[in-house]
Amino acid sequence: MQRALTLYQTNIGKKAVLALTGFVLVGFVTGHMLGNMNAYLGEEALNGYAETLRSVPALLWTARIALLIAFPLHIYTAISLVRANRAARPQRYAKKEELVTSVAAKWMPYTGLLLLAFLLFHLAHLTFGWLPNFDPTNVYANFVSGFQNPVYSAFYIVGNLALGFHLFHGVWSMFQSLGASHPKYDGYRVDLAIFLSAIITIGNISFPIAVLAGVIQ
Amino acid sequence: MSDKTFKMTLHVWRQSGPNDAGKFERYECPEVNPHMSFLELLDDLNERLIADGQEGIAFDHDCREGICGACGVVINGVPHGPQRRTTTCQLHMRQFINGPHEVWVEPFRASAFPIIKDLTVDRGAFDRIIQAGGYVSVRTGSAAEANEIPVPKKIADRAMDAAECIGCGACVAACPNASASLFTGAKISHLGLLPQGQPEREDRARKMVAQHDAEGFGGCTNHNECEAACPKGISVDFIAQMNRDFLKSMLTAKDDVPNRK
Ligand code: HEM
Ligand code: SF4
Ligand code: FES
Repeated sequence: MQRALTLYQTNIGKKAVLALTGFVLVGFVTGHMLGNMNAYLGEEALNGYAETLRSVPALLWTARIALLIAFPLHIYTAISLVRANRAARPQRYAKKEELVTSVAAKWMPYTGLLLLAFLLFHLAHLTFGWLPNFDPTNVYANFVSGFQNPVYSAFYIVGNLALGFHLFHGVWSMFQSLGASHPKYDGYRVDLAIFLSAIITIGNISFPIAVLAGVIQ
Repeated sequence: MSDKTFKMTLHVWRQSGPNDAGKFERYECPEVNPHMSFLELLDDLNERLIADGQEGIAFDHDCREGICGACGVVINGVPHGPQRRTTTCQLHMRQFINGPHEVWVEPFRASAFPIIKDLTVDRGAFDRIIQAGGYVSVRTGSAAEANEIPVPKKIADRAMDAAECIGCGACVAACPNASASLFTGAKISHLGLLPQGQPEREDRARKMVAQHDAEGFGGCTNHNECEAACPKGISVDFIAQMNRDFLKSMLTAKDDVPNRK
């Protein structure tokens, strides 16, 4: 326990926690996107899928508990790292040129915060049903009525673009943080990051667009 | 190669001491010889300043052949200037013939590298990281037979890649978080790769990482700016190796864990 606490006090330890919780979150967003593909198969498929999840409480609660641990830990660790990193350079350069870093890498804290805002909205909208026109028994109906609102849809699209950027840097970075690097395989880490960030973003953004275009109704 | 001189305007960070706020001063260099190095440009400017009764610009340098790591300033936002894999002392003014002809010169900026004066910073933090574990303990006496411990060529080469680090601090200067992960990773790896470095490998990673953090360097967020700015092209692979060694050591080392019988 002492070791674990000491480990968490180091930059590398914190980064490992960020990577492990990030890994859980990546798994979640991947599964979440794939599951929602059922919407293209119609009302029964999506509601049936939701029902199946609920019918296995052990599974549902394992996932929920994992997320309830991973999310706050990810966010808390991210904030403490960002603060420590800013403190390490109190005086900025008058001129600074970036050589190789990416927009995705530089924006990690901001895409993260946007994700947090989006997540709260998303939970309020489709999990807790605090927004108008919510039918707790019909996931499909909420999905369609929600995305028929262009403002909601716009927020989903922006939120998922942020997710795409976050994953573009996060997925390969996660391996590096844990020390999973080998010249022979390092290229695949980047390939995986590009692949996951692309399919998850495109998949998720396709839902509001499909509803607005009348493909899903 | 043209011998024609050209004009340049320098904006140099002047700071009289650690507690001075500091500011940029503008200097005109009417005759920049393309064959001189960037440090010689500063030497030349200093001679003119001193002849004029002003104080010369303080900057660090020693070998002037790219091996000691003493020199290093941020030139137009890039540590060691625009030429990749080149230290400031080896950067020649011919790189600037086609511009830019207006150049900002700043010290490396990091809370762990306090400014001593002008462009000179205190990089003692690096020495303390090395002191924490960047060594191997050997019995002194007559030198051991060189081939007594076989080292595979591939491993020797890789250790040599890490050992190329000259401790200049450009990685810290380039990093958005002023992290010294590349330096520390290189130092941990070059010993950790070799058979002679194995007995202290776990302790070394723990101690050096702890010292890195204690000095107030930031953490790595994998921007890879360090590798791009490093005059020796040290690879970020060594940061991954440091992470691996450190995490493994923290999770499995038996040191300071009560003895089990
Ligand atoms: C579904 C949501 C999220 C996923 C899938 C996710 C995933 C990831 C991954 C995989 C990493 C890389 C870890 C590493 O480099 O070792 C990461 C880093 C990070 N995340 Fe998240 N994250 C999510 C939400 C958030 C939120 C809500 C915040 C902030 C409020 C946030 C802030 C950060 C920051 C600041 C980093 C560090 C970036 C860096 O080291 O360059 N993330 N995230
Ligand atoms: S890793 Fe490169 S940039 Fe950093 S101190 Fe060593 S030589 Fe300089
Ligand atoms: S003065 Fe020695 S490396 Fe530049």
